Amino acid sequence: MAAEMAVGGAYVPLTPRAKVIEQTLAIARRAVVRTTRQRALIIFPMIFPLILFAINGSALSTATHIPGFPTHNYRDFLIAMPFVQGAMFVSINAGVDLARDIESGFLNRLSMTPVRGEALLVGQLGGALVLGVVQAIVYLLVGLASGVTLVSGVGGALVLLFLAILISFAFASLGILLALRFGTGEAVQGIFPLLFVTIFLSSASLPRNLIKATWFREVATYNPVSYLLEALRSLVITGWNAQALELGFGFALALLVIALGLAGMAMKSRLTRT
Amino acid sequence: MSRFVYVARGVAWRSIHNTLVNPAILIPSIVFPLFFLIAFAGGLSRISDVPNFHYAPGYTSFQFVFVFLQSAAFGGVFTGFAVARDFDSGFARRLLLSAPRRSGIIAGYTLGALLRWALTGTVVTIAALIAGMNVDGNGVQLIGLLGLGIGMNLVAALWAVGLAMFLRTEQAGAVIQMPVFVLLFLAPVYVPLTLLTGWVHDVADLNPVTPVLEAGRGLLAGSPVKVAIAFTGLAVAAIVLSAFARRGLASAERAG
Repeated sequence: MAAEMAVGGAYVPLTPRAKVIEQTLAIARRAVVRTTRQRALIIFPMIFPLILFAINGSALSTATHIPGFPTHNYRDFLIAMPFVQGAMFVSINAGVDLARDIESGFLNRLSMTPVRGEALLVGQLGGALVLGVVQAIVYLLVGLASGVTLVSGVGGALVLLFLAILISFAFASLGILLALRFGTGEAVQGIFPLLFVTIFLSSASLPRNLIKATWFREVATYNPVSYLLEALRSLVITGWNAQALELGFGFALALLVIALGLAGMAMKSRLTRT
Repeated sequence: MSRFVYVARGVAWRSIHNTLVNPAILIPSIVFPLFFLIAFAGGLSRISDVPNFHYAPGYTSFQFVFVFLQSAAFGGVFTGFAVARDFDSGFARRLLLSAPRRSGIIAGYTLGALLRWALTGTVVTIAALIAGMNVDGNGVQLIGLLGLGIGMNLVAALWAVGLAMFLRTEQAGAVIQMPVFVLLFLAPVYVPLTLLTGWVHDVADLNPVTPVLEAGRGLLAGSPVKVAIAFTGLAVAAIVLSAFARRGLASAERAG
């Protein structure tokens, strides 16, 4: 990794900021290449939410007969789910990739180099970001092809993509945090069921006001995943709902900031230990 | 003791021991069905208000049967993962060398799957009863429901063990579980078959899991339907998949 750059034939040292950016880009490039080479890790997480969308989109279509259901097409309601499910798979991929680097000693070797912790952290998320972008576009296209209509129009589709990518990035940061804390891929994968459960305990399948069991409605109300889903869904069903979007973006940003902050501390401690 | 029983007992004991002492294996196999029960019976209970939805014991009971059978199937699938893990670690090859009667290995893993599901199925049943599940079936009918679960577990275990022996890598996990998952979810999971519409209805109508699920729901409600079809289907699947698992074992033997 060059720490200098040629200017008019002479080499001048990079500024500290430029060094961090260069390091981040190099590590991000490695993460992207590694992600794109592992096709099984791309295809399965992408297909699984689509299978559930296809099955539940038809199997639960009778739910639209419930008085007060917000749309006549259940797929319009359900399309938010693959975005969040996909983001959770991205988090596991990001976490397992970093855990593999820890287990194989790659992180130890990197700690002997001048690479900064923040460059390592953000760079590792490069692969997850690419996966998040590809997934979001695929889910949107499949949704549109299956008859989903976005009331908010083209602008809404762009905001939906942006929010979906932000959610993927936030969950990927969580995956990185788990990898840094536990240090093994098995432990990161072991956490996955708990992440997945948060979708089932949310308003993923029915609107909160139509959930019959009071305790479940309360759990869904306190579950931040409900607000991520409702923000995405609002762009499809209701148009521009400022409150839903504020809550969705707010929770996604909060997850990103908290997970990245804690991951930054965990990275420092891991690099010190090694 | 015959050599077959000796091998089967040893493999089954190891399988259940590994499950019980390893939280990373034990917890997901219990937690997943429980959360499905919570999510479906709790979160979707309003679905029972859909016009023409009739199931006397209620929606919790309706969903319990699905989760009960699903946990049975996944008890088998998770055992397939264990077989794949054994091949990755090299244990399975040593087992093949040392077992005096190799067909006992399949029986042992299958028995391990059953013991593993006995734990999960008990937890799911207790959770459903606490959640207010109504049971209208009599003792014989409930034994019938248990029999369906055992059949489902056996069929799924034979599929998973056989495929794991063919592929011999942990990376086969998705290939092992995906067909089982898709078959289960293409049955009438949320509403009775008559209320399904579109392509899902057509697929569910042909899905071999549908009669098993309908029979289970009928037995729990005390009004049996399609019980003979369900048991016949499971028996045929078990015979076919026994041959498949035996071929998987032969493939592993050839691979050395």
